[in-house]
Amino acid sequence: MSNTITLKYSVSSEDFTRAGEASSDVKSKLKKMNLPPEVIRKVAIAMYEGEINMVIHANGGEITVEISPTEIVIILDDIGPGIKDIEQAMTAGFSTAPDNIRSLGFGAGMGLPNMQKYSDEMSIKSTVGVGTTVTMKVYIK
Amino acid sequence: MGFVMTVNDLIKNTNFTVINPGNNLDISINKPFCCDLLSIAMSKAPANSAWITVMGNVNTLAVAVLVDVACIILADGVTLDLTAMEKAKQQDITVLQSSMPIFETALLVHELINA
Ligand SMILES: Nc1ncnc2c1ncn2[C@@H]1O[C@H](COP(=O)(O)OP(=O)(O)OP(=O)(O)O)[C@@H](O)[C@H]1O
Ligand SMILES: [Mg+2]
Repeated sequence: MSNTITLKYSVSSEDFTRAGEASSDVKSKLKKMNLPPEVIRKVAIAMYEGEINMVIHANGGEITVEISPTEIVIILDDIGPGIKDIEQAMTAGFSTAPDNIRSLGFGAGMGLPNMQKYSDEMSIKSTVGVGTTVTMKVYIK
Repeated sequence: MGFVMTVNDLIKNTNFTVINPGNNLDISINKPFCCDLLSIAMSKAPANSAWITVMGNVNTLAVAVLVDVACIILADGVTLDLTAMEKAKQQDITVLQSSMPIFETALLVHELINA
């Protein structure tokens, strides 16, 4: 797999003001690779939502992005509390965001639905008390 | 396609105060977009729109960059907090301010585009 590029980011839950920087960095790298704008937009939206969730709902973690000629794989691995009911979490409008987070503009309960919508494949594995791993794929057509 | 309204035209319009000029001044603005909830804006904000909101924090800026809006207009006299101001400068994001509420601000942008 010599033509796969792997990028790694560690996401901290402390520094709220830097949330979104990993997604911005990936976006600018994909732009430099001249990938189609629709692909870049899908990756940017899906990854940002996942990155923000790691910061506000989990305790941070690590993001791995693998770019191959045919697809972009985004793996969000957090050390947060886990998700008890994934189906409920995926429901548009469902949010447990506290007031201080809502006052920043989060909490519409649309992050996970956006991730589902803008990725071509998505899977969530979560263990309560341990953490959550979300894997998303965006195809390059 | 008739008249084109650029970011620079908005900057020169006296109804807006420039908070940060940014560097993509020749982009033509296609429509106003209003939303304060980030993950809704994330999926609905059209590229090259003028995003009108009352949320002046870094997260607004992050979303603006990711979805390529032409500029942000903070309505109701809202301004950027300090961290956000720094980020706007660093990333050259155009941020304007309007003293009018969201609807009136959007209506004005709409009228300017369709003048
Ligand atoms: N990584 C995670 N770890 C633990 N819980 C999570 C995680 N991601 C999402 N959740 C839970 O799922 C809910 C729905 O997430 P979603 O991203 O759709 O909405 P939100 O983050 O609350 O608001 P929005 O994304 O619209 O700003 C969250 O409120 C939270 O309870
Ligand atoms: Mg979310």
